[in-house]
Amino acid sequence: MILEIKIAMLVLVIVCAVASITIKDLLGAAVVFGTYSFMMCLLWVSMAAVDVAFTEATIGAGISTVLMIAAVFRTTRRTKD
Amino acid sequence: MHELFAEFGNKFHYYAYFAIMMIGLYAMIAKTNLLKKCIGLGIFQTAIMLFYVSIGAKEGAGIPIIDPALGTADPAAYANPLPQVLMLTAIVVSVATLGVALALIQNIHRDHGTIEEDEILQRLRGK
Amino acid sequence: MKRLALFAVILAGVLFAATASEFPRLGAVDSAPSRHVSPAYIQGSQPQTHTPNFVTSVLADYRGFDTMFETTVVFLAGMSCFFILRALRRRGVTEVYYYRHKPTGVVLAMLTPRRIPPRSSCFERIDADWMPQDMVVETMCLFMVPFIQVFALYVIAHGHYSPGGGFQGGVLLAASFILVGLSRDLRTVESLLTEKTAILAAAAGVCIYAGTGLLALCFGGNFLDYGAYASFFGAAVPAARSMGILIVEIGVALTVMATLVTIYKLVSSRGTVEEGL
Repeated sequence: MILEIKIAMLVLVIVCAVASITIKDLLGAAVVFGTYSFMMCLLWVSMAAVDVAFTEATIGAGISTVLMIAAVFRTTRRTKD
Repeated sequence: MHELFAEFGNKFHYYAYFAIMMIGLYAMIAKTNLLKKCIGLGIFQTAIMLFYVSIGAKEGAGIPIIDPALGTADPAAYANPLPQVLMLTAIVVSVATLGVALALIQNIHRDHGTIEEDEILQRLRGK
Repeated sequence: MKRLALFAVILAGVLFAATASEFPRLGAVDSAPSRHVSPAYIQGSQPQTHTPNFVTSVLADYRGFDTMFETTVVFLAGMSCFFILRALRRRGVTEVYYYRHKPTGVVLAMLTPRRIPPRSSCFERIDADWMPQDMVVETMCLFMVPFIQVFALYVIAHGHYSPGGGFQGGVLLAASFILVGLSRDLRTVESLLTEKTAILAAAAGVCIYAGTGLLALCFGGNFLDYGAYASFFGAAVPAARSMGILIVEIGVALTVMATLVTIYKLVSSRGTVEEGL
């Protein structure tokens, strides 16, 4: 894997992580967390861990985002920080 | 100085993983919203998984499935399957525990009407 | 508080970063973790278990004990969700049930649930936040469901040869049910896979896994030693171990599917399993 692409993906992962904990809207935070999981999945593919990447793509970017959005809809979207 | 830079170039991904891990830890400590704490927990978990899987990566190695052209005489041709197995199960367990955390958050919201930690503490003190 | 947290986190990060020089370089072929047991797994997988995918053979055979308890943890997480949100729910909260008269569009609110025939042309049960649904979205989502399920079964059955296995296939199966729940409503999911069936299926998955291990004792092997089934299947030991891996993966897929569907149902409906997302 080309080093520059790897560094770009790492930077994107960090940006997504920071964004998902700073967004002041829980729905947006949940969606950005899904993006973070998908970026993580790409990083794992670059390390030849295809099974882990497959699991992360189905669970991290799929199911856990759905569960979080369900929880946001059933509780509240407002957050102070 | 040049050696330090070479050292950093070899290990830069570890610093990135520690940065992600610390972002998650900060969210778990400092954010007052319980759902944000759950997101922080997820970030922390995935950082640790990333760290584990990166230890199993090998330069120029393929995915851990037998390539008939290569055979298995040289283990260096395949990535280390052991960290991948351990982290694969950890991901599935992490979503199950996330479900339990969300269930608890819903119960807290029903009882207190809020999922902000400081407001819940105020209500508990007021009672 | 936030300043203190930031200070502590930065301190911990610097301490971690100071240890980074001890770790192997990224992609080091002869690093310590790659020298210990993984060459044995890589070289033994094909002759010992007939499984080209090392991850599957290590997951279900060499480290089967680990995976068995991971599956149990998933099952227990689903059960604790059930007890937190549903079984220990406080009574006395009045809930309103809505019924829509299809020809006129009049909506009735009732305090007690009424049973209506499933294909009633007159009334239908609707959610409190019901909106007229987009037919295109609903039809396309329901159209995709069988394809997702076939792909999930392929992932489970072909996990020996390609990326995949019980965990991924189970999650894909759960995703197909969740897609039905998102595009139509939760009661459709409930009619396809009831809560009782789901919990029984989750328990059955764990029992299949542990039962496969226990049965090996009867054939004279160790716990989770599928090679003991060689005489039962009438095959060589590696083929029997490959078959044992498949049985175990099916158990894992059952547990994961049923648990994730249960968690989705409970979390998306505040534990009532009446009105979903």
